[in-house]
Parts: sequence; structure tokens; C-alpha cells
Amino acid sequence: MGIFKVFKSLVIDSLDTITKGSAKYHLWMGFLTLVMLIGMYCYSIQLEEGLSATGMSDRVSWGLYISNFTFLVGVAAAAVMLVMPTYVLKDIDFKQAVLIGEGLAVAALIMCLAFVVADMGGPSVLWHMIPGIGVFNFPNSMLTWDVIVLNGYLFINISIPFYILFKHYQNKEAKKSVYVPGAILSVFWAVGIHLVTAFLYQGLQARPFWNNALLGPRFLASAFAAGPALIILVLAVIRTFTAFKIEDKTIKKIAMIVTVAAQINLIMLVSELFKEFYAPTHHSESAYYLFFGLHGKTALLPWIWTAIPINVLATIILTFNKFRNNLKVLYVCCGLLFVAIWIEKGFGLIVPGFIPGPYGKIVEYLPSGIEIGVTISIWALGAFVFTILAKTAIGIELGELRYKDKNAENV
Amino acid sequence: MSENKKWYSLDLGLNKTKKSSGTCGCGNAEGSCSSTPKKEEELSPDEFYEAAINASIGEERHKDGFDQVFDVKMDRRSAFRKLTASLLIGAGAVSTSCSVTTGDKSKEKAQIDWEEQFKGNYKLMTDEEKQGTIERLMRSYELRTDKNISMTAENAAEDVLFGYAFNISKCQGYMNCVSACVEENNQDRNSEMQYIRIHEMKDGEGFKFDKADDNYYHEVPAEGHFYMGTQCFHCDNPPCVEVCPVQATWKEEDGLVVIDYDWCVGCRYCMAACPYDGRRFNWSKPEVPENEVNKNQHYLGNRMRKKGVMEKCTFCVQRTRKGKNPACVEACPTGARIFGNLLDPKSTIRWVLENKKVFRLKEDLGTEPKFWYFMD
Ligand code: SF4
Ligand code: SF4
Repeated sequence: MGIFKVFKSLVIDSLDTITKGSAKYHLWMGFLTLVMLIGMYCYSIQLEEGLSATGMSDRVSWGLYISNFTFLVGVAAAAVMLVMPTYVLKDIDFKQAVLIGEGLAVAALIMCLAFVVADMGGPSVLWHMIPGIGVFNFPNSMLTWDVIVLNGYLFINISIPFYILFKHYQNKEAKKSVYVPGAILSVFWAVGIHLVTAFLYQGLQARPFWNNALLGPRFLASAFAAGPALIILVLAVIRTFTAFKIEDKTIKKIAMIVTVAAQINLIMLVSELFKEFYAPTHHSESAYYLFFGLHGKTALLPWIWTAIPINVLATIILTFNKFRNNLKVLYVCCGLLFVAIWIEKGFGLIVPGFIPGPYGKIVEYLPSGIEIGVTISIWALGAFVFTILAKTAIGIELGELRYKDKNAENV
Repeated sequence: MSENKKWYSLDLGLNKTKKSSGTCGCGNAEGSCSSTPKKEEELSPDEFYEAAINASIGEERHKDGFDQVFDVKMDRRSAFRKLTASLLIGAGAVSTSCSVTTGDKSKEKAQIDWEEQFKGNYKLMTDEEKQGTIERLMRSYELRTDKNISMTAENAAEDVLFGYAFNISKCQGYMNCVSACVEENNQDRNSEMQYIRIHEMKDGEGFKFDKADDNYYHEVPAEGHFYMGTQCFHCDNPPCVEVCPVQATWKEEDGLVVIDYDWCVGCRYCMAACPYDGRRFNWSKPEVPENEVNKNQHYLGNRMRKKGVMEKCTFCVQRTRKGKNPACVEACPTGARIFGNLLDPKSTIRWVLENKKVFRLKEDLGTEPKFWYFMD
């Protein structure tokens, strides 16, 4: 009963905070809402016409949606890089960052699910996938594994911060014995979501570009570079716009994680390129298409040749302590890295898997306007969700939001 | 089955007697095994139910005690249906089907749509349920167009395993098979969907698929070229079936790999998993002019599809389960296409397999296609 009352008051209080803010804040939220509305309109066209409204075809049957889904799973998984030291190794530094990280994970997961739903041909029969009511092809289909691990991860990442904030809201300390096991679980789970998502592609003998043992590990490495890079950027924004204190030390520690992951990612890239180009076989054609174009078809070249140089450049800059410790340089590098990995792990991974087709046919893919609209609006949805979560969390952590019990003597 | 191998291989039943024709696979000839062999005639309702489950879910049953799960699932589904129904009634969303002012017909239509929306997976249906859904589909077509179609839900026959052989020496690239297939299977005319692709290749270069043209519009046979066709190969170890998250696609007892169009959620994972470009997706609402609709349909075959679902060659299940050849085989003027029962030692297809140097595409993937190529 008491808990229920506190919860009600929390909801009211957080509604109160998220509807109040500076003009900039309102502008930001208004902008996101507008983008989401446009996206909804685009999606309604897609529902009406079918997926022919997108640029996908029988030859390239997954595109921008699944690319973004794949990338965002990585971003979600990266929250764990912060969870681990904070909760388990008692590294106080990360404490504030971790709430932000988990909020980011929740937003990323919501975007993932939205992308998957946007990609479905029959969203009205999605209940076929609900275990118990529909038919769940578990354990044969990796997609069912993915559904389980993503939803589980979403649950963990909602409940841990919620528990902590809920306690702080009532001016109580969160009990370690409650959230530490959850945090440890989420560490393993995060690796799981990323590996399972990689296995989704890795397990297809039909697509040699994906059917490659390095895919899973490379997913992890790139995720642990791109995710924390995004967290650094978000922390930088929060630092400038709110009273929430994030020390330089915290950001620098995360930068360390980004750097190591980016370096490992590069090593794996070299290994992959070596395998594809030193002794090229028939199976290297997709890689050829991606990097050099095939039979005059070169749609992906500008993308990948943007991604690779900035990836290498950012990694090299980050490697030097002097540059990394300069926050301005760090932010730029994180931004570059994020974009580079988005291209590489999204577009650069999904589309070449289909090109050339099973019989060598090359049909190129370019997303349609509708597809881009829906994609951008799902990103806006993610930003919207994250802003709400972060605003509430920051309010509670700063002590602005507190449960006011009428019977309690202290306020 | 060859126990000493870790990977899968196609079993044509050449080396064994009838023991595997039952669905239990225990090999017990005395019949003390619990699953009843399928006999169409003289079955009590219970036995019939049992046999129907066996026929539809096959080996999964003894894999994981599917029996119980099966029962539970259906119960939960109907509970779910009732729950949503009551919710929607509460919301007034079914007002059309309840209101007195709307005609009987639209009421019936709404009723049918309702039941179709919440029906189960065809693979798990009993024979009565299968009958129920095809009757609803036929009635719904009649209500919408005032025309009748005939749809069947024929199950796989015993001791049948369909296979296909393609004579590369004979094919001249006329593509009669392609148009026959489109007409037979009610494929979308707008997007010009075709299950069969004929690849035109240069003499002297061998099988260079990447240099082949599968979309030619010139007179055939073109000088210095040879032709070969591809379509869904009905793999015996189909990767497309493994990956489907909702079991909307599966391998039937007679070897056909089929799709329940009403159960498919349109994720296109199977398409990514197929190494043979065998699958086609309905990117928009498929359209067939009313007078061109083939009205002899099978639930798993050429019935009308909707947008956002997967489809593919079914070896014309609506014809082949009635003992006829697929439309492509019948249409081919050169006799390059051979179809038949792999388990029948006297069939032409068996003769080809035993007397010609046959090969299959991408054998290294272990998919075991039931589609062979050969040359004279
Ligand atoms: S050819 Fe493709 S679609 Fe047909 S059964 Fe094999 S994997 Fe499945
Ligand atoms: S598209 Fe349909 S048949 Fe194919 S995997 Fe998805 S749900 Fe299954």
C-alpha cells in the first residue's frame, strides 16, 4: 500500500519534471515530437502500401531497419561497460554515469524493438511470436533467442535503475544485496544479447559474408567502442545543460574503455580484410563489393570509405594519452567513432550480405524516403525516451525530486 | 539413418524396408510403439486425432513430448482469443458483427475475418480444424466476389517423397515453365513475381552464375548459350525452416517445404537463410485479375496470398498431391523437367538418379536439395 502511494507520487512528480524545463528543453522535445509525427505518417504509408514503400526487394531483403537494429543492440550492450565497475568493483566514479548508461540502454532497446516491428511484413500478427499464445520456434530459430534476450535485458535495465531511484526518491539507501546480483546478471546478459544478435547472421550458411567466426567477437568489440562513445557524448551534454555533476575523471575512464575496444576492433578488421583479400575466393565477393564495387556497382563505396578512415583516425588519436585527455578532442573522436561504427556495423554489414545474391546477381539497395523517415523518427523516439528517463533520474539524484510523506518528520 | 555421420544427409530409403514410413521412427514392426501408423480408413476418432497430429507435426512429437505442449498451446490460444474478444466487445470494436442493422452477409464476413485472424498455425491443426479454415476461406471468397473457389487441405500421402530432376542439355530457355507457374500459382502480376528463374549461360564457360543472365528478353535459344532453371529445391535439410521464429514454414511428410501464409509474420529471415534464392516476398498486395485466378487451390499452395508474407514454389502441392505433375513439368516443351516420387523404385525420377550423372547445386552447404541436374 505504502509502496503504491510512493509510486503514484513518483509518477506525478516525474510527470511534473518532464513537462517543465527551459525553453531549450521544450524546443528539443517539441522538435523530437514533430520528427516522430512525421515518422508515424511515413509508417502509415508503409502499412498501407506494404514494404514496397521501402527500398528493399527480393534480392536485398533487409535494409536500413535491420542495420539500425543491429547497431543499436550494440549500443544497448555497452551500458554494461559502466555497470560492471560501478556496482561490482565499487568504483564510485562511475556511479552517476551508470544511471545514464542504463537509461541509454533502455532507450536503445526500445529503438531496437521498434526497428524490428517496422521491418515486419505483418505487424498485426506479431502475436504469433508470443510464447504460449503463438508458436515460438525455440531453440531452433536464433530470432526467438534474440526476442528472449532483448526483452530480458530490457527488463533488467529497467528494474535496476528503477529500484535505485525509487529508494533514493524516498531518501533511502538502495540495498547492495538487491541490485548487485542483478547487475552481475546484466553483465553476462549484455554479452549475450550481442553474441546472439551476431549469431542471427553468423548462422546462415547461405551468406558467406556473415558466416564467419569473427562476426560475434567483432560485434562485441565495436559495440564496446560505439556505446561508451555515445555515453561520453551524452554525459558531455548533460554536464553543460544540467546541474548534474560528472567529473572529468569519470569521462576519462570511459574514454579508456572506448580506446581499448576501438583498438581491438581495428585488429579484427585487419584480420578480416586479410582473409578476404589475401587469398580471395568466391566467398570474398561481398567484401569486394563493399570495398571496391563489383561489375561497376559501387553504391556502398562512399559509405565504407568514409567509415574506415575516420574509424582509423579516431582510434589513432584516442590512443595517445595527450589527445585523449583533452576533452574537446575526445568529444570529436567519440562522435567520429560513433558514426564510423554506425556505418560499418549497420549498412556495411547487412547490405553486402545480400550482394551478390545466391546466384551472383547484383542488385543494389538504396533506402527510400519513407524508410529514412521512419528510421529517423525511431531515433527521435529513442532520444525522447532517453530524455524523459534522464530528466527524472537526474531530478532524483540531485534531490529535486523527493517523496514528501505527510507523516514523516524530515522532508 | 547413418549414425556415424555428424552432418545431415538425405535418406531416400533405398537401403531399408518400410520401417520408417510410420511416423514414430522406433522401427518396431510389431506395433507396440505408441503412435498409430496412419491409416486413412477405419479409424476411431481418437486414433484419427492421433494420426492427424502425427501427420502434421511429424517427428517433433517424440523429440520433446510435443503432445502436452500442443494441448496447452491450443487452450491458451483460445483463451487469448476469448480475452481479446471480450476486450474488443467492451471497446465496441465488434459493433459491426453485433449490430442488427448490418446485413447477414457482412456479419458473416466479420465473423470469418475474426476467426481467421485468431486461428492457429496450420502445421499444428487437426484435420477438422484444417477443414474448418479452408471452408471459411472459400466462403469468404464467395462473399467478397460472388465466385466460388475450391480449396483443399489434402495431407501428404504415405510413402511419397517428391523429387525433381532438370536436364540441362534439353532446356532451351523458352520459359513456358515460368508463365505456366505464374498462372497456376496465382502469383502477383504487378511485381511480376516468378518462382522459377532461367539462367542463360555462355557455352564454354561452364556454370558461371554470376555472369549468367536470368532476366533476358531476346529470342531463344540464343547462339552459343545454354540454359538452366532454378527454383525452391525443397531441401531435405532446409535452413529456411530452421530459422523461422514462428514455424510458419516447415517440411511436410512428402518432402515439400511449405508456408502457412496466414501464420507468417513477414520477418524475411527465411529469405536470408535460403542459399538458392528460392523464396519470394509480397512487398505489396498481390493482385491477380479475377478472370485469371486459378480456382483449384490448396491451403499450402496457390491460394491467394496477402501483402507482407513469404511464398515460394510448392512443387504445385495442389496438383502433385492429386497425382498430377507440377505445372512447369507439364508446360515444358522439351521434356527437360522430370518430377516424381523418390520412394517409388519404378518412377522416372529414380531412373534418372540411378542412370544419369546427377549433381546438385552448393552440395557443400549440407542442405540436401531434392532437385538434381543432369545432362544427356
Ligand atoms: S531452396 Fe531455399 S526455400 Fe527451398 S527448401 Fe531449400 S532453403 Fe528452403
Ligand atoms: S518471413 Fe514468414 S516464413 Fe519466413 S521466417 Fe519470417 S515468419 Fe517464417
